[in-house]
Amino acid sequence: MSLKELSSLEKALGLKKPNKYSTQGDRKVPVLQSINGPALVGLVTIATHLVQEAKRPELLGGSAEHKAVVQQWLEYRVTKVDGCHKEDIKTILKDLNSYLEDKVYLAGNQFTLADTLMYYGIHHVIVDLAVQEKEKYMNMTRWFDHVQHYPGVRHHLPPVVVLRNRVYTSGHH
Amino acid sequence: MKLFVSDGNPHCVKVLAVLRYTGVTCDVEHVNHDERVVPYLSCPALPALLLPSGTYLFRPNSICRYLIELNGQESSDIVNQWLEWEATELQPALMQALHMVVLQGKGAETTRLLQGPLSYLDQSLSKRTTLFLTAEMVSVADVVLWAALYPILSDSSLTELQHWFERVGVLAACESAAQTALQGKGLKSESLKSYLQRQPAPHHGQGQVQGRGTQPCNSPEGDDGDCVLSEEEIQSAVVTWGKGLADLPMVPERQHPILPKEGKRNVLVTSALPYVNNVPHLGNIIGCVLSADVYARYGRLRGWNVLYVCGTDEYGTATENKAREEGLTAQQICDKYHAVHASIYQWFQIDFDFFGRTTTKKQTEIAQNIFWRLHERGFLLEDVVEQLRCEACQRFLADRFVEGTCPFCSYPEARGDQCDKCGKLINAVELRLLKEYKHDNYIHIKQLHLFMKPFLHQPMSQSAIQKSSLKPQTASNADVGARWLGKLPRKELIIYLFFHLQVFYVWFDAPIGYLSITANYTDQWEKWWKNPQQVQRVYQSVESTCSCELLWIRSNEPPCRCFLSEYLNYEDTKFSKSRGVGVFGDMAKDTGIPSDVWRFYLLYLRPEGQDSAFSWVDMATKNNSELLNNLGNFINRAGMFVSKFFENCVPAMALQQEDKRLLAQVGWELKQYINLMDRVKIRDALKCILNISRHGNQYIQVNEPWKKIKGDETDRLRSGTVTGVSVNVACLLSVMLQPYMPTVSQTIRQQLNAPPTVTATMLQGTGNFVCSLPAGHHIGTVSPLFQKLEAEQIESLKKRFGGQQVTSDNAAQTAVNGADAERARELTLAVAEQGEKVRTLKGQKAEKAVIGAEVTKLLELKKQLSMAEGKYQEPVLTKGKKNAQPAPTPASDPAAQTAVNGADAERARELTLAVAEQVRWGTNVTN
Repeated sequence: MSLKELSSLEKALGLKKPNKYSTQGDRKVPVLQSINGPALVGLVTIATHLVQEAKRPELLGGSAEHKAVVQQWLEYRVTKVDGCHKEDIKTILKDLNSYLEDKVYLAGNQFTLADTLMYYGIHHVIVDLAVQEKEKYMNMTRWFDHVQHYPGVRHHLPPVVVLRNRVYTSGHH
Repeated sequence: MKLFVSDGNPHCVKVLAVLRYTGVTCDVEHVNHDERVVPYLSCPALPALLLPSGTYLFRPNSICRYLIELNGQESSDIVNQWLEWEATELQPALMQALHMVVLQGKGAETTRLLQGPLSYLDQSLSKRTTLFLTAEMVSVADVVLWAALYPILSDSSLTELQHWFERVGVLAACESAAQTALQGKGLKSESLKSYLQRQPAPHHGQGQVQGRGTQPCNSPEGDDGDCVLSEEEIQSAVVTWGKGLADLPMVPERQHPILPKEGKRNVLVTSALPYVNNVPHLGNIIGCVLSADVYARYGRLRGWNVLYVCGTDEYGTATENKAREEGLTAQQICDKYHAVHASIYQWFQIDFDFFGRTTTKKQTEIAQNIFWRLHERGFLLEDVVEQLRCEACQRFLADRFVEGTCPFCSYPEARGDQCDKCGKLINAVELRLLKEYKHDNYIHIKQLHLFMKPFLHQPMSQSAIQKSSLKPQTASNADVGARWLGKLPRKELIIYLFFHLQVFYVWFDAPIGYLSITANYTDQWEKWWKNPQQVQRVYQSVESTCSCELLWIRSNEPPCRCFLSEYLNYEDTKFSKSRGVGVFGDMAKDTGIPSDVWRFYLLYLRPEGQDSAFSWVDMATKNNSELLNNLGNFINRAGMFVSKFFENCVPAMALQQEDKRLLAQVGWELKQYINLMDRVKIRDALKCILNISRHGNQYIQVNEPWKKIKGDETDRLRSGTVTGVSVNVACLLSVMLQPYMPTVSQTIRQQLNAPPTVTATMLQGTGNFVCSLPAGHHIGTVSPLFQKLEAEQIESLKKRFGGQQVTSDNAAQTAVNGADAERARELTLAVAEQGEKVRTLKGQKAEKAVIGAEVTKLLELKKQLSMAEGKYQEPVLTKGKKNAQPAPTPASDPAAQTAVNGADAERARELTLAVAEQVRWGTNVTN
């Protein structure tokens, strides 16, 4: 799964030569084999490395503070979202929803790597949401829709339909 | 920048170590494990770093990286890799291992669980060529990994790992961080244990990441799950239980006047002084007097020397306006409403040591005294301020009653003292497009006033809010405090005097109420107020606290604490006396619901940390589920078993493992209760009580003493044990309930015939759950404690207090006064008739205008019908979400105050009244 993500990310970044990957351990942690150095292990580590290789540092954030926020959501993705239990999904959606209430992207107004990886990581959850649930987590869904339409991001994943009109208007104000 | 950490949390060791290593300047605040610092996360996440921009970082490794980067060290790929490994591979195993060792005492398991990650780390270390993990220098990866392993890795057979661990561990930053967060004790740390007890058990099996989010959610129902108890804890609970009642002196009767005592914990409790011009509503009650009452009662039970004083705040424009409205003098209004307040608080069983008022001679004396002392020391200066004056009424206009456009944010309905939108303080004359309230004819007048020099309050206020002296209890309280103090510099000289009228500004005068009320209580009031070494002061309102502490010029830091609550709303709207929305103090007793139940519900939803809303349905639910089915049911069953099966005599008990577990569980909750109460977490402590009775109910349900009593000898002994333990838990509950529900608590103790020393014994120290009703103890007559609140009863109350949102319409009025079935039936017929008429007209292709007129009639009828059925609600215009103030802070009403006229106190008093009555001066004074 994470290998597909990395290959989509490579395409999104416009990297010409695809890298060679393998996985290790029960959790199938991705490993990037490299000719001129030791292998890199871990999704975020490799993704960050790829962004640097593609000379797209803005995707990791500008200021120290901005960078930290990007890192934080990358860390959130691999510690909280990956392998989360059923009962935690609601909490994650709720938290993301309230966090995104006044933001366009995870790190504010600028699209970053955090958006890409969070999108990849949470896609399987969003696919299964009912229309009503999507409305309930409206801010999160809006973000998701933005990201899936961001040029070059959605490669290996099917699009998720997000209604712009609210169907269940009475439930919440 | 501010870092929030909690003791015992291993992640906090990381961030503290990195913080010290980098030397980045940052405030550190120690909070509780369950403190929700990051506003958008539903579970508490600690550590958390508040960045200067207002953003939070809440993942520990990201915080560490950020701190290091601030120091100019960029993280390399290899550092990133270790951080990611730590978070995704090491942490899950580590959490599981800690859980096993610390909570279940299975030390051997750790080796198996950690074998994989530890040998991976060891191998990587032996392959490297550098001194530390990634370089010759310590990197963030070293510190993070060291801190993560700190509790568990004291000695390891993996030599490379051991060497590296020791090398990192000698860093001063690491050592001191471990000392701070885990008392340098690793696995033996008490705080680590209590941290882990609050974490849900980690999931087992493949692909498990950090379990259920690693942090428990603060669910409103308090189903925090069971704490995990170790064998030692159970044993020590049994030992405590066996000790029985201590031979302690009983809590002595209160002897007035209460004065600070040498060697005692002396606590002066006050709450915001309720403003006198109206009847207090539920928000006021919970927001000030009730919360303070619970704390004061608790303090007395703990054997502290507590003085709880409060009183009505009486000076101010609002009083005068009310007086004009009711056609009384200001003094009459004050007298009238003071009595109303006093009787309401009495009904709510608010146990003041003294309930005074601010219109007293002492108030004048002390205010003047402070004024003269400021004057003598040269702390006053003169300045001119422009004010508004209405020529028609011959009075100055109070800022609060002037409306206009905010000069900062252009909000069109800003008040003259403050903009409700942007929160900035304003001078009334600065408002644009002034549309003065009820007065058209105003002029600007410049007047000379006396001010207090700002240097006096600024440094004090800064230190007051920042240092622990006035440490707000939650992040949002800190906000309130900071916001409030933030206003000081803008209105540079907030405390000033009306020079030519010789009256004090309310901000100067009102806080003195605390002093003067104490002075009216006892001549030796200064022992309470000028004695910072001995007295701890606890307030319930930030405005009053600040002003009071600021004014009370002392040499020492004030040892005071301030705790606040947020807003209480009524059924999602604002309490409003004028609209009749909400329950007001005087009506609560007319509902027929006992005062104790009101207290319980208000305290249950005490707005700690966020706004909460009063709702009738919720009140009924809480009464029926928590009080009746949980608490009442347990206590009643325990007592009934004793009286029915054992002839009112507590049976012999032979404790089995299950009973011991219950003792430990209950003991743990009691400790929590005391811990929370000491920190004025009133609502959370209430949950502990309910948890205990929940455990108790389960215990009875599983053991079925009512069946076993009919069995053989062993079964009967078992039945006796369960009954005996249960009735003792009930006795403990009566003690814990005392601050919340004094009458119910008293009733339980009467029913159980509880010895008077139970309170002192159980609440001593960190709490002791002892066997207070030993075998052979005779109990009294047991009867049910609570009554069910029926749906119909609640419906009718809801109608009665729902307010007149539907007004000026006959049909609507009918609906308010109980849905009028007769009228509804008539209207139904009329609607049908009119509908028929419209259809006929349409069928006849009549003129549009004719049809239109009939359709309008039809719609009007339909509207009336739905009103008569009580369904229709006139759309109410709401200006955003405004909240009911929890307490009418004296500060909000600028107005004429105590007069100062030389040393002639009596004359000053006359002047004050004269000003209030606008007789002598013929003007009203505003700021």
